[in-house]
Amino acid sequence: MNPNLGFVGWLRWFWRQLTSMRTALLLLLLLAIAAVPGSLVPQRSSDPNGVSQYFADHKDTAPILDSFQMFDVYSSAWFSAIYILLFISLIGCVLPRTKHHFDALKAQPPTTPANLRRLPAFAEFTVTGSTAEAVLEAGRSALKSERYRVARYDRGDTITVSAERGYMRETGNLVFHFALVGVLIAVGFGGGFGFAGQRAIYEGQAFTNSLIAFDSFNPGRFFDSSTLTPYSITLDKFTATYEEHNTNAIGQPTDYTAEVTTQIKGQEPQKNTIKVNEPLRIAGTDVYLLGNGYAPTVTIRDPEGNVIFTDSVEFLPQDKNLTSLGVIKLPDGLAEQLGLIGFFYPTVSSGHSGASFSMYPDLIDPQLAFDVYAGDLGLDDGVPRSVFALDTKGMTKLAGRNSDREAIELKPGESAELPNGLGTVTFDGVKRFVSLDIHRDPTQGWVLLFALSALAGLLISLFIPRRRMWVSVTENSVEMTPLSGVPSMPLKTRLNAP
Amino acid sequence: MTDALSQYSVLALYSAMALYAIAFVLFTLDLARGAGDEGAPVGEAKTVAIAQPKRKLARIALALTVLGWLLQLTATVMRGLAASRVPWANMYVFLLVNLKWDMKFLGSFVTGLVLLLLGLAATRYYVEIVPLPPALQSYWLVIHVFVATLATGFFALGFALSLMQLLQTRREASAAAGAKSKLAFLTRLPDAAQLENYAYRLIIIGFVLWTFTLIAGAIWAEKAWGRYWGWDTKEVWTFIIWTIYAGYIHARSTRGWRGTRSAWLAMVGFAAVMFNFTVVNIFFKGLHAYSGL
Repeated sequence: MNPNLGFVGWLRWFWRQLTSMRTALLLLLLLAIAAVPGSLVPQRSSDPNGVSQYFADHKDTAPILDSFQMFDVYSSAWFSAIYILLFISLIGCVLPRTKHHFDALKAQPPTTPANLRRLPAFAEFTVTGSTAEAVLEAGRSALKSERYRVARYDRGDTITVSAERGYMRETGNLVFHFALVGVLIAVGFGGGFGFAGQRAIYEGQAFTNSLIAFDSFNPGRFFDSSTLTPYSITLDKFTATYEEHNTNAIGQPTDYTAEVTTQIKGQEPQKNTIKVNEPLRIAGTDVYLLGNGYAPTVTIRDPEGNVIFTDSVEFLPQDKNLTSLGVIKLPDGLAEQLGLIGFFYPTVSSGHSGASFSMYPDLIDPQLAFDVYAGDLGLDDGVPRSVFALDTKGMTKLAGRNSDREAIELKPGESAELPNGLGTVTFDGVKRFVSLDIHRDPTQGWVLLFALSALAGLLISLFIPRRRMWVSVTENSVEMTPLSGVPSMPLKTRLNAP
Repeated sequence: MTDALSQYSVLALYSAMALYAIAFVLFTLDLARGAGDEGAPVGEAKTVAIAQPKRKLARIALALTVLGWLLQLTATVMRGLAASRVPWANMYVFLLVNLKWDMKFLGSFVTGLVLLLLGLAATRYYVEIVPLPPALQSYWLVIHVFVATLATGFFALGFALSLMQLLQTRREASAAAGAKSKLAFLTRLPDAAQLENYAYRLIIIGFVLWTFTLIAGAIWAEKAWGRYWGWDTKEVWTFIIWTIYAGYIHARSTRGWRGTRSAWLAMVGFAAVMFNFTVVNIFFKGLHAYSGL
């Protein structure tokens, strides 16, 4: 009646339940079911814009779903609970099995059963012109040559050999399960020590690997920014190739190549290329080419002709023909604060409504159009503003649809007056820009290693059969049997031979 | 060149479908004939199913299936030549590469399934040949997709055998109770335990291939998208399928789950494969949406 004993007993009961095969099976199936909602509802990790859209479309249900962590299924408490329980169950099952297997590896094959006739596969025959001892020895060596582990057991006049093989099956099984634990641990830690950052650079622009140089940066929990190796990447040239002949796919991209110059601090610069399936590996980080677009070079002058802005501005692609949208903000230097919303068409065309669009993604007939807004850009009120968006609240539209003036339309090299004599805008030319993803995942290699070990373990555990064979010889006859499967034919022939 | 070849490809495909249709009818007739032999004891039925010279219909059907398969292969290869690339990039061709592992009693199922899929593929999912977008230009495309297709083939047969197993279990139960079963055509098939063994063997092969697909996919994803696993819709479903079949394998060694229950798991698993292959490709948004549908 000791309550402490009761508690331990209860724990033991709980542990036995948790590590039972049935619980493991139920947890596995539960995990499969729990993974489903993540494919039905957009996830913050893979589709953050989808989540915002979902919140906008389903004002009532989205917060309820969110309270169940439906937008972060794979890091949610309930999903984590299932897989953590599953892995505890797995470890609790595999550890005793490992000990048991080590014991089995050291042990002899089991004693020959008294009556081989009762076993499902069985053969009996007579050999003439040889002693029982010689026949058994032939059997023993035949089994040995088939890589069986053999042991001799005699019972009176009956001399027998017991043989077993396929120990690798259980080894593979254990390797598989331990490797899965390894994958889980490596994935868990890898996320913590690594980082992922994004940066867009246009042709001629350089990027240095330091925290402030990233457009966005997601460090892992244990990430230390002093571990960033200083290096620079300069985009020399970006080439996109589009399909020109296949009428079903005009304008579909067929190749993206970024030619870059990289330089690790204190070393010689190197020429490299980055392609979609060929990331650049540099100083422990991986650099991926994830996106590209156009960066028109624009110069803006005040009425006296002084340059107040000149830069290549990254425009975000809006469709597959790269109609692109960009924003230029001019807080200083002109009589008023100006905001320009630009539309760039690499190959301009206009529909019957008069609206322009791009009909081909490459630069055949590029055109840049600006809507001009004047007023407060909102840069001074301390609220962070996206460089890709212009908040037109509190601003007056000076040029563009539904205003006094048409939108400003420019071909490369052309200039135009800004409204109200504010100055001029020049479209100097177009550069390409690329958006690079820079990652470091120090345990990535470990994940791969464990995953491949799991695969190897799986192959071994599923396809190496475990077999027990017995050969039993008396002066009159030879009896032999495998425990399962087909009797080993070569063995019988060899036994018949002497 | 591209046009002519792709037209021949379509022609070959339709011819293959016609042959499959005939084979399907013959296999079914052959199965139906077996329905008359209800008197035959189960033990005998096993040998009957493996090789019996009288089963002319099944042999003709098998020959037609092989012929159909060759035509289908031709169609696939021609499509590949027309596009000058490996021809299983989207679902249209994806469906063509259906594995043949003939156990004659499965003929009806296999030809039926292939016919259905091809019919669906040719009418609903025909997509003009277009070049591959940069993200798909990798040898991993060949490895990843080929192995995934192969795994799907094994799972399909595992599904068929598990279905047969469930029906057979029902028939055996009613036969034991002395009742006359509507499932008499099953007398010519192996018994339920044997069917379960066949199913298990095919499914574990499928499972290993699926594991490989998952790993290969992760390696490729790391190269193309910058991360090896990101819970993209298709990745989620690949994971779900893997988990279900892992459950199936464990179920076989769990007391109370062997037999009927594990057969149901195998069928649920294949339903998930089909779901992943059709619904997820077409209706779900994700990085794997390449097919042009």
